Amino acid sequence: MIEIENLTKRYGPLAAVEDVSLTVERGRIAALVGTSGSGKTTLLRMINRLVEPTSGRVRIDGTDTAALPPHLLRRRIGYAIQGHGLFPHRSVAQNIATVPRLLGWDRPRIAARVDELLDLFQLPPGEFRDRMPHELSGGQQQRVGVARALAAKPDLLLMDEPFGALDPVIRAQAQADLRRIQRELGTTLVIVTHDMAEAITLGDRIAVMERGRLLQYAPPREILTAPATPFVARLIGTDERPFHLLSLTCVADLAQPGEAEGPPLAPGASLRDALALCLWSGRAALPVEGGGVVTLDALRRAAEGLPP
Amino acid sequence: MNPAAAGTRPGISRPALLFAAVGLTGLALPFVQFRANRIVGGEGLSLPDALGPWGWAAAALVVAVLLALSRVPPRAALVAATCGLLAVTLSAGAAAGALVPEGDRIARVSLGAGFWLLLAAFALALADALSRLALRPAWRWALLAGTVAAIALILGTGLLDDLSVMREYAARRDMFWREAQRHLALAFGSLGAALAVGLPLGIVIHEAPRLRGAVLGVLNVVQTIPSLALFGIMIPLFGWIAASVPGAAAAGIAGIGAFPALVALFLYSLLPVVSNMLAGLAGVPPGVREAAAGLGMTRAQALAQVMIPLTLPVLLAAVRIVLVQNIGLAVIAGLIGGGGFGSFVFQGLNQTAMDLVLLGALPTIALALVSGIALDLALDGLDPRKGHA
Amino acid sequence: MTGRLALGLAAVLLLAFLLSPDSFAPLLRPLTRNGAPPVYTQTSLLSLTLSHLGMVAGAVLAASVLAVGFGVLVTRPSGRDFLPLARTVASVGQTFPPVAVLALAVPVMGFGTGPTMLALFLYGLLPIFENTLAGLAGLPPQVIEAARGMGMTPAQRLWRVELPLALPVILSGVRLSAVIALSTATIGSTVAARTLGEVIIAGLLSSNTAFVVQGGVVVGILALLIHAGLRALEDRAAAWSHAGRS
Repeated sequence: MIEIENLTKRYGPLAAVEDVSLTVERGRIAALVGTSGSGKTTLLRMINRLVEPTSGRVRIDGTDTAALPPHLLRRRIGYAIQGHGLFPHRSVAQNIATVPRLLGWDRPRIAARVDELLDLFQLPPGEFRDRMPHELSGGQQQRVGVARALAAKPDLLLMDEPFGALDPVIRAQAQADLRRIQRELGTTLVIVTHDMAEAITLGDRIAVMERGRLLQYAPPREILTAPATPFVARLIGTDERPFHLLSLTCVADLAQPGEAEGPPLAPGASLRDALALCLWSGRAALPVEGGGVVTLDALRRAAEGLPP
Repeated sequence: MNPAAAGTRPGISRPALLFAAVGLTGLALPFVQFRANRIVGGEGLSLPDALGPWGWAAAALVVAVLLALSRVPPRAALVAATCGLLAVTLSAGAAAGALVPEGDRIARVSLGAGFWLLLAAFALALADALSRLALRPAWRWALLAGTVAAIALILGTGLLDDLSVMREYAARRDMFWREAQRHLALAFGSLGAALAVGLPLGIVIHEAPRLRGAVLGVLNVVQTIPSLALFGIMIPLFGWIAASVPGAAAAGIAGIGAFPALVALFLYSLLPVVSNMLAGLAGVPPGVREAAAGLGMTRAQALAQVMIPLTLPVLLAAVRIVLVQNIGLAVIAGLIGGGGFGSFVFQGLNQTAMDLVLLGALPTIALALVSGIALDLALDGLDPRKGHA
Repeated sequence: MTGRLALGLAAVLLLAFLLSPDSFAPLLRPLTRNGAPPVYTQTSLLSLTLSHLGMVAGAVLAASVLAVGFGVLVTRPSGRDFLPLARTVASVGQTFPPVAVLALAVPVMGFGTGPTMLALFLYGLLPIFENTLAGLAGLPPQVIEAARGMGMTPAQRLWRVELPLALPVILSGVRLSAVIALSTATIGSTVAARTLGEVIIAGLLSSNTAFVVQGGVVVGILALLIHAGLRALEDRAAAWSHAGRS
């Protein structure tokens, strides 16, 4: 659990972050969203003290981060950034082993951990272990960057626009992988992004920032249906709002008894997928795997943010 | 295929025509100079004049090779140019052997303008063939090693011993090797010292940007002082220090001999080392630095494990600059009694004995060339590790 | 700003010293021993300086014209065959030590100003040539494409686009050549060229530190002034070609 209390960073008279407080529960994902210059990255960097706060406090599992030497603090926290920041002179395995080596793990343990992570990120160890970063594709580099951040099994992972340099297709896959791995490991995750869709896809809660201030910190549904300020509403984009809302729920939650024509939908598919299929195939109801149907009416109600 | 290979299309290669023109001019000029003794004026002799029928044969061979160069693919041109170089060199040795009467220790046969032009023509052809071939590094290393070995072999067999340069060498064999050692010690010693001082200094001014302007400013000024003056000022300076600072003389500090030259070379070397170290550190991608700090490396760990290893190519480039520069500048040590090949150069200039000048200049050039090429190859070998972070 | 002030001051001092060397005698006397003369008087320092500068200027000017000409030639389609060779010669040639080049010029030209000029000229060619190549070959291809697209002839492209854009890089090659030439010319006095090296060598031969120092300082200040002057020219050219680009 991370507790951020009245955190402020000033550069001279300029406040990059002003009096921000928020809490991220253990095992949850918080997405920090805002335009560039909103202070989201500064806020993130104050958590691992790459930026020293002017005032305020960060506690991780009850311990004040100011009580630890910064480099020891950072070794306990995973950190992944845009463009991955892999060390170009070290192999994939050596890159991933960075923090375990700093922590003085023994060789067999490090080697086992590297292979475990490569497997987790679907990079066959035999093939990828000894490659150099420049021999990897952009998506592979990014995965190695996240694997490196997770190497020493941190309870907390910080990510700064980790998918910013990826093209849309790889990006969607990377987001899905991250979600899967985060659930599997139970890591607490704070991710900075300027992309509202990404925040909605990944975040259990979304923190919207503007000019150093926290405007709203709430679950995605609440952000979408009850934006706290006009700025938050503008950031969501009115034309995208219903689709974002639909993407939050899966068809199993909206299924009602009944019968319909056509191949059944997977229960885990999102309502957004269901709507797209309805519109494209010209049908008013779709069958769901394991029984029940999703109707166009129900989808329409859900898109307005009403309960089923 | 690499774009340079586009020049391999059949037909006449125009660079080769240039080499042929240079080479044919060389054939028309005196190949060697014959002098009855070391000081008197000489008589220029063309290749046929010097070697008789063999000279005609050699000249015909040279013409054939030069003309063939314009029509053959680079691989064959490489072989032809190498043969040409060998033929020209060995002809010079043979001409000297033929011209000097048996047992005559006074007559001199020195290399003429024709020889140098022919050598230049084939060397250019060799360079052209090499740059068009774009060989793999392993092959280029092998070629460099082979060339050095071949030169050593030719010199060792005594085929050139009748040439006046080699006569000068024979007259001062021991001294030559002593000065060679001294020259290498000056060049490498000053490089070592510059690395020992310059690398930490580069790191310091990277970490403390406020010192940058002052340090680089001073080093820049040092660099503009003409070498002769810097070498000259070192003599009285260290003479004074040795005489007036207790223990300085015992520590090897002296105003005469190699010490002032070593310090002057060291001072010249500092700027490239310091500024390249700084540029290397500043050139580390911001994402990499950020990652090093974010993963929990201390400042020292980030420097030692990430930043400094990444400066390696830039540092190697500095080593190349400094080594080549110092091998050349070390010649000036000969002028202030610091030894090295410069001793022969300036002694030769004083006595108007050009063969003695050559005895100093040729090894210096060879040393600089070999070091420069070897370090270029090493730099090429490092390239793939640079990555694209 | 302080740098410019210091340079101006150095220039004034240099001029004063060259016009009236004797007034600096008290300053130099502590460097002499046994009542040796503190100021070099065999030849006028001013005439040595002018001769020194003249040789450097002549050699660098000639080298610039020829090197830029060659550089343009080998980057034209008709000269492409020579490009790989030219690159190799430029990089290998620069490993030739200047002193050795100077010494090797003597057998060809005899003693005096000739071999020094030749060595300065030959050695000056390479940095300018290499930078001309870098400047012309390093131009963004879009710029050349745009110039072609607008219907410029090859000659117009060269004069109106390529050379102006490459000018700063070419000038930095000229600067490098000039500074090297200034220093190498000093050594030219060992082959009897009339340069400021004469003063330094006279000092070395007679163990007169004052001579060594005055010769060295004069050449050093000249080097700094030339370096700064050409640097300013380069910056102006860069600003100009940059403004022209946007």
